[in-house]
Amino acid sequence: MTTALLAELPALPLHEAGKYVAAAYVVLFAMVLVYVAIMAIRQSKLERDLAELLAREQRLAKGAGAAPATDASSERESTPA
Amino acid sequence: MYGKGLRALSISTVVVMAVALGLVFFWVPLEADQGFLQKIFYVHVPLAIVSLCGFVAGGIFAIQHLRTRDQKWDYRSYVAIHMSLIFGLATLITGSIWAKGSWGHWWEWSEPTLVSFLIVFLLYATYQPLRFAIEDPERQSRYASVFAITAGAFVPLNFIAVRSSTAFVHPRVLGATSNLPWQMSLTFLVSLLGMALLFTTLCKYELTVKHTRAQLRALKRLAERREGKATASLPARGRSAAPSLHATAMTAHAPEVRGR
Amino acid sequence: MSAAIPDARPAPPAEERPAVAAPAAAGRRTTPTWRVVRALLRKELLVELRTLESVPGMSLFAVTTFVVFHFALQRNSVDGDLAAGILWVTLLFAAILGINRLFVADADQGGFDGFALAPVDRSAMLVAKLLALLAYLVVLELIAVPAFGLLLLGPPLGHALPDLLGVLALGDLGVAAIGTLIAAIAVRTRARDLLGPLLALPLLVPVAIGAARASSPLLALGHAGAPAARWLLMLGLYDLVFGLIAYALFDFLLED
Repeated sequence: MTTALLAELPALPLHEAGKYVAAAYVVLFAMVLVYVAIMAIRQSKLERDLAELLAREQRLAKGAGAAPATDASSERESTPA
Repeated sequence: MYGKGLRALSISTVVVMAVALGLVFFWVPLEADQGFLQKIFYVHVPLAIVSLCGFVAGGIFAIQHLRTRDQKWDYRSYVAIHMSLIFGLATLITGSIWAKGSWGHWWEWSEPTLVSFLIVFLLYATYQPLRFAIEDPERQSRYASVFAITAGAFVPLNFIAVRSSTAFVHPRVLGATSNLPWQMSLTFLVSLLGMALLFTTLCKYELTVKHTRAQLRALKRLAERREGKATASLPARGRSAAPSLHATAMTAHAPEVRGR
Repeated sequence: MSAAIPDARPAPPAEERPAVAAPAAAGRRTTPTWRVVRALLRKELLVELRTLESVPGMSLFAVTTFVVFHFALQRNSVDGDLAAGILWVTLLFAAILGINRLFVADADQGGFDGFALAPVDRSAMLVAKLLALLAYLVVLELIAVPAFGLLLLGPPLGHALPDLLGVLALGDLGVAAIGTLIAAIAVRTRARDLLGPLLALPLLVPVAIGAARASSPLLALGHAGAPAARWLLMLGLYDLVFGLIAYALFDFLLED
């Protein structure tokens, strides 16, 4: 009985219903992808800001001596992985 | 630290979702009445349930916020409601697609789930405008929490109200979860679990990114203060609908440095 | 108006001092809450009587809306479901007008600050405002329901009236509870006139459902039936739940 059922199921039937089911699952997929895209944009902005901050600290370090340099490197480690 | 456990969570989400999709398309038998179209059930109803639980969770977090005044609860409440709104929108869209496939038109007033969702969606869509309209961050969080609790209590009551007012002319197909054959029940439960995990993962991800951004801002302020800059060089925050995480572990801010 | 706030305190202490003297050490409030509510309510109603800000506007809006409905629906008379719907939609939107104005004077003229200074239970303001809004709604209905009967309603109101009054009362309680809470939230935001209705209307949908369903048999042509108990029960339950929620949450809105 299951084999008979499975025989019906495998490929997406080309009649009407297939389009709607596909559309519904695409909605879910699209939602997750859009979210990932938004997060990626935020992440790259974070990275840019962090790089800017690091550059500034390094400039200060060169100007003021060895001490601030350790601050810059410890900054790197403290942000969550 | 918000990011802890995010990796395990996302991996389990992927695994469960993959299993769920496999079950839906390769294993579970076709339903007698609706045939292939019924498979939307496994994405629409879990979206609906998770979204509703998310709204109620937002209300519970808001209660915690008012009780403890800890900003992190307001954060969680905001993210939960935000995410539930998106899941709710997806619920409406998938429900509409199902309605179109079943009955030929894009909306169906006799489906209590869809109708209740529309009302709940309209209510929570005002959450962000409400936050945005209050400038003082402390008051914003407080008022938002009051609203979240009211709305969270409203969700179940609304469902009951709409359900009892809907004439059962159409057989209620979209929400029918009773007397399902066990294969469908199992598939449904796995889908539900996958959707719940997806919700939790996305929320946790969002919390982590927000927290990171707040830490970075605090770091910038520290750096500027050290350099002796009087004005904040980061973009003026202006009004914001999102709760600001006052950096907890960091040093106390000088009031004039708080980017506003 | 800020001169009215101190009324909440000077009036009672004279007769209360002997009674208060004994338990004063136990840290009792200086004024029992029901007295505060009464004083606040008196102030509200007095202000409304003198300025006539809300009620005439609400009533006029309702009657005008009936006229608009006549033209929009192109009908001379309505009955049953349609009548119930028109009546309740109009009442709800007229109530929104009142809700928008409920706390405006307090927000703009320092009423909140004055009240916060008084050592009284904060919920007293909620109860007082709720009762005031209820009073406005009653007056609104005293004008709007007969107008509806005159202008649009087909069947005579006659013997369905007592039942209809019951449904109106239950509906009003729900509108008042939710309306007061939302008014308090919306009044100190930027777009207060916009946010108030947006927040209140979805929350009022179950009230609309229950009230309209309960009213339809009362406004039916021919033999008017009785409202189904189910809707009355739903209305009552909803009113109770949101009344309690409003009572629990109101304090948090007044903290600053």
